[in-house]
Amino acid sequence: MDTQKTSKQVLGELLDRHYKEAFTAKEEGKLVAWATSISPQELLTTAGIYTMYPENHAAAIGARKQAQEFINHSEGKGYSVDNCSYARVNLGYMEILHSEAGNMPLPDLIFCCNNICNTVIKWYENIAKELNIPMIMFDMPFNHEYEVSDQNTKYMKAQLLAAIDQIEGITGKKFDYDKFSEVMSISAETSIWWKKASLQARAKPSPLNGFDLFNYMAMIVCARGTEEGRDLFKLWHDELEAKAKAGIGPWREGEELYRVMWDGIACWPYLSSTYKTLKNLGINMVTSTYPDSWYIVYDQNDLDGMARAYSSNYVNRNLDFGVNNIVDIVRDFDLDGIIYHSNRSCKLMDFRQFEVQRRVEEATGVPSVIFDGDQTDPRAFSQAQYETRIQALVEMMEDRKKRGGNGK
Amino acid sequence: MKHINDMIAELVDVANHPVRSVRTAMERTGKKAVGCFPIYTPDELIHAAGAIPVGMWGGPEMGNLSDRYYQTFCCSVVKANTHQALRGDYDFLSAVLVTAYCDTLKCTIENWKVAVPHLNVIPVVYPQNRKLEAGRQFLIEEFQRIRKELEKALETTITDEAIEESFALYEAYRKAMRTFVDVAGRYPGLIDATARHAIIKAACFMDKEEYTDKINALIEALEAVSAEEHGQKKIILTGLLAEPDEFLDLFGENGLVVVADDLAQESRQFRVEAAAEGDALTRMAGRIADQDGCSFLYDDEKSRGAMLIDLKNKYNADGIVYCQLKFCDPEEFDYPIVKREMEEVGIPLLYIEIEQQMDSVEQLRTRIQTFAEIL
Ligand code: SF4
Ligand code: SF4
Repeated sequence: MDTQKTSKQVLGELLDRHYKEAFTAKEEGKLVAWATSISPQELLTTAGIYTMYPENHAAAIGARKQAQEFINHSEGKGYSVDNCSYARVNLGYMEILHSEAGNMPLPDLIFCCNNICNTVIKWYENIAKELNIPMIMFDMPFNHEYEVSDQNTKYMKAQLLAAIDQIEGITGKKFDYDKFSEVMSISAETSIWWKKASLQARAKPSPLNGFDLFNYMAMIVCARGTEEGRDLFKLWHDELEAKAKAGIGPWREGEELYRVMWDGIACWPYLSSTYKTLKNLGINMVTSTYPDSWYIVYDQNDLDGMARAYSSNYVNRNLDFGVNNIVDIVRDFDLDGIIYHSNRSCKLMDFRQFEVQRRVEEATGVPSVIFDGDQTDPRAFSQAQYETRIQALVEMMEDRKKRGGNGK
Repeated sequence: MKHINDMIAELVDVANHPVRSVRTAMERTGKKAVGCFPIYTPDELIHAAGAIPVGMWGGPEMGNLSDRYYQTFCCSVVKANTHQALRGDYDFLSAVLVTAYCDTLKCTIENWKVAVPHLNVIPVVYPQNRKLEAGRQFLIEEFQRIRKELEKALETTITDEAIEESFALYEAYRKAMRTFVDVAGRYPGLIDATARHAIIKAACFMDKEEYTDKINALIEALEAVSAEEHGQKKIILTGLLAEPDEFLDLFGENGLVVVADDLAQESRQFRVEAAAEGDALTRMAGRIADQDGCSFLYDDEKSRGAMLIDLKNKYNADGIVYCQLKFCDPEEFDYPIVKREMEEVGIPLLYIEIEQQMDSVEQLRTRIQTFAEIL
């Protein structure tokens, strides 16, 4: 056996392969799909359709500080600065077709699930139109009631079946239900290891520096249905567990003084500066609202369960759910504070944020701040404002500790 | 002629005084009222419940009360509605239907439940896969759910017969509107862009029987006089809505007549006639399934461009104005495609970003002037 690789090495290799293999697949005449980040990839994986994720790709471009070029291209075509920057990056990439953050071949079909937002419907419609390719659309109705209703489930399940028909039409092959069943079970296992790994951050100090969550997220998006993905998250979990047992904290130097949650997506172009500001103050972002979105678990072969699971991520749920979700996180991870990213791109996450903040604060007493940013558009973020807000948070957290408010 | 002018003035007046108009209608009919967010609320159910559906399309006053719930980059329709609701302007409503066509609206459903609980928010979630059989079924179930919620809020029962009757009335209303928009463009001297908009919008604040009667009378009166000879250029408006009046006035000023529209607040409300088969709820679901070229409904064909070209040809129009309400992202996403398609066939397209609250239209004046000149 060769020496055991670390999960970070495996992550890097898998990501690399993910982009390279897409081109091999394309050359071999396989179909390539572009899909939204929390879509029932099980169907595509089963059908042997190679799947790429524009949101991942846009994030990678953002993290490389190269988003502006693509954004300019889209805006030049008439896209508004108000549109989600992932969309602007991707719609620009679709024509430029080259980025140093890795390349994706153009898709043969497009696979869209609006459990993350309705914005993706518009974005993907446009890709399908411009490239003249088929689109598969999963409509996951917004859950304004606390639970996913039977009415919604029935409709979503019917769409899964309709999508299978559509896939059979596109590939010209019968859908392999045995393989489907296998992919379903691997996908659930991967989700479980992802969740277990992220839960290691409950240890004090947390062995996990939460910005790693953002890095590993790329893989939970694109490798959820594969054995390699599953093994990666198990490996990561084992590493974190060992660190937690040994009482090792998130950083080589510096102590974890405050534990906070980050609401929303990272500011990719400022990943390292947003991270360093926190680290310098001893703030460890131990978790985020986001990771649970890929905890998609259901019984094998249970299409109703599958439909429900895909409709259950927090942005597709009501305010009460969103509040309870964060309140639970605060208690579970024993948080000192919360950082809300008011993300110029994402109206669905933003426009409930104020009310969520008020109610979470009322329920937990944990202080929080909101800062303005954007996931990929570098123009919407100000380091100075960010630092001021974080300073204010530290003061509030310190104050609360002094008053003995830390803890439950 | 005087008579026509009076008919027009009466409807314009209704549109310009929404609250007063609704209250008048409530008093005259003894009915309750239910608010309806954009777009495609099942107004027939409200009517069948014996109440007046009231269109809630924002307004000229945005205020700042909504800052408690929304960041600055939220559209004015939602901000204005929220401001007014928090101020108590809508307290006369027995319930409000809030739709979920865009991400902003999903949040609005949730915010309003907390912000104005006394307004009885009833969420309306239409299927995006509306052409699938399962989508139609979902929508019919959605109508049934809304029906029950309305019954609760209005303390009444809604019978199947009442729904059938209301649906028939609405089909008559929509038919009248299709005729009206077809006819109105021939009389720019009587009905300029601003009046056209107000006449159509008045339907949001009146009882439907009364409104339909008035619009039919107006059509009849118009058809009795011969169409005006005018040298005006013909334009088509597309977008969510075209407001405020100061903006619309610029068309008349520059010799532009609106001959057709693809506005969510106007023709998208009534351009689709229901298929003949089935009961009212089935036909209502069918109307949504048949509604194409609308930015708020999933359309993998993206038929809006083709539809605009058809409209242009049908009315022999000279150009199209894309009325982009600021921060309305579904509409923003359609623009680059429409733009490309219009360029390909050489149809002049003017993109105008509007806010319902505009301090000054000077900049727009120049742009519309220039556009009128190139036509
Ligand atoms: S960032 Fe928000 S708006 Fe953009 S794709 Fe993601 S969920 Fe949708
Ligand atoms: S964004 Fe557009 S569709 Fe959504 S509420 Fe605002 S105006 Fe309406």
